[in-house]
Amino acid sequence: MKYLVCVKQAPDTAELPKVKAEEAASGELSIQLVVNPWDEHALESAIQSSEDYGGSVGVITVGGEKAIDALRSGLAMGCAEATLIEDTEADAWGVATLLAAAIEQMGDVDLVFTGQLTVDGNSGMVPIALARKLGWPVLTGVAKIIEVTDDSIVVERVVGEARLTVKTQAPAVLSVIKEIGEPRYPTFIKIRKAARVKIPTLTASDLGVDAPAPVVQMDNYRKPPARDAHVQLFDNASDLVDALLAEKVL
Amino acid sequence: MDFAFITEHEMVQKTVRDFAEKEIRPVIGEYDREHKYPHFLLPKMAELGVMGICIPVRYGGAGMDYISLGIVSEALEWADASVRETIAVHLALNAMTVFQWGTEEQKQRLLAPLATGAKVGCFGLTESGAGSDVAALKATARKDGDDYILDGEKMWITLADVADYLLVFAKTDPAKKHRGITAFMLERGMAGLSTGAIEDKMGVWASNTGWIAMNAVRVPARNRIGEEGEGFKVAMSALDNARYTVAAGASGGIRAVMEASLRYSQERETFGKKIAEHQLVQQMLAKMALNYDIATLLWQRVGWLKNQGVRNTRETSQAKWFATEAAWEAASDAVQIHGAYGFSAEYGVERYLRNAKGAAIYEGTTQIHQLLQATYALGWRRDKPLRCELPAYDPEYWQE
Amino acid sequence: MQILVFIETDGGAAVASSWEALGKALSLTDQVSALVIGENVGDVAAEAGSRGAKTVYVIDDASRALFDLDLYAADASNVLSQSEADAFLASHTGNGRDLMAAVGFDLQAGVLADCLDLSADGDKLVGLRPIYSGNILVDATTSGPVQLATLRPRAAAPAEPTGASADIVSVTPAAVAGRVEVQKVERAEAGEISLTDANVIVSGGRGVSKDPELGFKLIGELADTLGAAVGASRAAVDAGFIEYKHQVGQTGKVVRPDLYIACGISGAVQHLAGMNASKVIVAINKDSEAPIFSVANYGIVGDLFDVVPAMNEAAKGKL
Repeated sequence: MKYLVCVKQAPDTAELPKVKAEEAASGELSIQLVVNPWDEHALESAIQSSEDYGGSVGVITVGGEKAIDALRSGLAMGCAEATLIEDTEADAWGVATLLAAAIEQMGDVDLVFTGQLTVDGNSGMVPIALARKLGWPVLTGVAKIIEVTDDSIVVERVVGEARLTVKTQAPAVLSVIKEIGEPRYPTFIKIRKAARVKIPTLTASDLGVDAPAPVVQMDNYRKPPARDAHVQLFDNASDLVDALLAEKVL
Repeated sequence: MDFAFITEHEMVQKTVRDFAEKEIRPVIGEYDREHKYPHFLLPKMAELGVMGICIPVRYGGAGMDYISLGIVSEALEWADASVRETIAVHLALNAMTVFQWGTEEQKQRLLAPLATGAKVGCFGLTESGAGSDVAALKATARKDGDDYILDGEKMWITLADVADYLLVFAKTDPAKKHRGITAFMLERGMAGLSTGAIEDKMGVWASNTGWIAMNAVRVPARNRIGEEGEGFKVAMSALDNARYTVAAGASGGIRAVMEASLRYSQERETFGKKIAEHQLVQQMLAKMALNYDIATLLWQRVGWLKNQGVRNTRETSQAKWFATEAAWEAASDAVQIHGAYGFSAEYGVERYLRNAKGAAIYEGTTQIHQLLQATYALGWRRDKPLRCELPAYDPEYWQE
Repeated sequence: MQILVFIETDGGAAVASSWEALGKALSLTDQVSALVIGENVGDVAAEAGSRGAKTVYVIDDASRALFDLDLYAADASNVLSQSEADAFLASHTGNGRDLMAAVGFDLQAGVLADCLDLSADGDKLVGLRPIYSGNILVDATTSGPVQLATLRPRAAAPAEPTGASADIVSVTPAAVAGRVEVQKVERAEAGEISLTDANVIVSGGRGVSKDPELGFKLIGELADTLGAAVGASRAAVDAGFIEYKHQVGQTGKVVRPDLYIACGISGAVQHLAGMNASKVIVAINKDSEAPIFSVANYGIVGDLFDVVPAMNEAAKGKL
């Protein structure tokens, strides 16, 4: 069984408010970049599944040269191999196309794991597009891996307020949520190896594809207006409830 | 010259800072208030590889370098000094001493379980009448066949109640003063060995501090670390390693109170403006930032010297002296900046102040370091080579 | 501009936020049609007409009882080409997002995902998209054969029933085999209000730690009185005080209720990202310097263990 985790290097969530409009527009951020937190849960669940059901885990990303750091984090957690697809222009469809080409080139991937969302792009589109490109089924909102066999997987999904137990064939694409498990810490021994390993870098032309031109255009990058809240403090609960009734929010 | 971390240092730093933030910070205030030792952290730190980070893989360690040891110390003390103390004592004072002075057989038998974290080590040098004046220690070790019989008491011993392996110093030849001291590894369970806790301390409440009593403890000669009479040198070299972790840890303490002060001073308003806009507050913030950098540069120089295998007693002493005093000053200023909230236990900055005082006392008081630095400056002191130096970091050897 | 709106169904009933997507579409053009897929969804189709859709395409089939992406995407693509709509809109629920992503990628058409608002610039759909977890806003447009968008729940007023009726067009289900077998469905308990749909949310944070069970019991009681959903900060979830499904914030749910009552929540940026679009925010915290007060409209500096039950009593008397 071969697992592949698709990760994205994204801003540290504590630093997101510091992102400036012009940085978002250019994509050149001055803040700390880490593995997208949702993808950390994907790494954890893939590694845990490989421990429970056998097999090995690879990690892959699409990004600039710095994105290698995200791959090293995956290796330090327990992935056996890592691949960088170097591209900074692709949008969601482009990323999905590049990842699909790499997965087809690998030829032996059974299950693709990824986080349900990125904290920068926020669209949640990539896992579905990747599955469509590969022609594989996709399960989003995966909260629990129940069983993995050579050619199938049973998981628990969260869809809205409902929980579904579903089975599908492998190969498949899964997008996971936090509930699937807290990411383990890297061990220092694995860090040492991860820090030194040479990570192969592929480009669109190595993969023999043209990443499609972006189909979503974004314009007028701006900070949201600040909440014009000036807090009014009360001494007792009854006055507060009166104020909320006057606001017509109760 | 190159001041940059290499990739593995960056990764170690990120990992252990994450660990400190997620596993230690949320709970340590409660352990501190209740004077409880956070035992639950030991297996977690062992899993990461913290317990033997700079010990070669062949002896159960993680095979990282000495700079990584400093990085870990800095990150842990950012959360609380008590957790960093565990590493100073278990790893720097005990395990690294076995690594430096032990025989191959001792490294296999004693070091490996320490480095993996299967066993916890402590360091029994200080006695009620012998702190900085090591030659005054009273514990004795008398040869009896293939064994030694140890008698005496040790005080102010961190992890006394927690440790499985207790590295203890006793006089085999009382007439020779410090040249008559020998080091022994005691194992929990040996007849006549008992330990207990010291409760009332000004700071590091989440640390286990205690005493060791030896009442005719029979220790096999194979547990003697170094030669007879070499104990003083063993102890001093151990202190070079531990003071390094104290220095790096103190810089982490500065970072913690600086972050708190920077945040608070930009939230709190007095006289119609943020207190960060008051110049007297700015002066304190500037001093914290400067001292954090100085402390960091000093410990990192020591880490580099250790990696090169260069003797660093002088540089380590400078780093320890400066960083611990700077941490005390920074914590004191942080309490001042926080005003009444700083004085209250709820915000946690007062914990750093209480903890910082301990570090200016243990592992050589500030005054001892000042004397030491004077004798170096005057040219009255020169370090002589040791029979067993701490080996230079060799990635090939460490990771085989 | 002609807009097709996906009306998501669950157990034969419409998912409420779908009407918001319909309402937004109607505010942009009167050329609005609806797509209803499910089993026994005739009533939903009629309701879509009553709420303003001119034409309602219906695929009513036992195989469509539960959302299956392969099947629904094939159906939606068929209807999209049949309807000649130049835009396709859904509520940004999990299923809505999945459907739009699949249809969009298949057609190589862009999706304006999770928009806070939509406007029309001639025939161009312009989406107000939050990115960087709400820290940056952009105006997004798409190129490609059709314009797709999803609208964040509670970002628009729902289309109201008018009594109008639509042309109901019954569409044959696409001949596609599903690959996902649903073995079990556990629905939310009756009466449980979803965080994303809630008008009012009462949330608890680390402030409950001295007695987490009691803390969330008090919060739950206040929520019951107010008809509110129960939320939580990541700190409370990570500490095991409450289940993940209640988490509001960056790695939990993004909510925008009319009223958000934060009890014992300090207001870490990751939490604020999930709730600072709430209309009115109330902060209850012992620490008057907690960042939550800087986004709050109203507050009480005090212990939630005292304030929350007092609010409950006061609200019971006044509601």
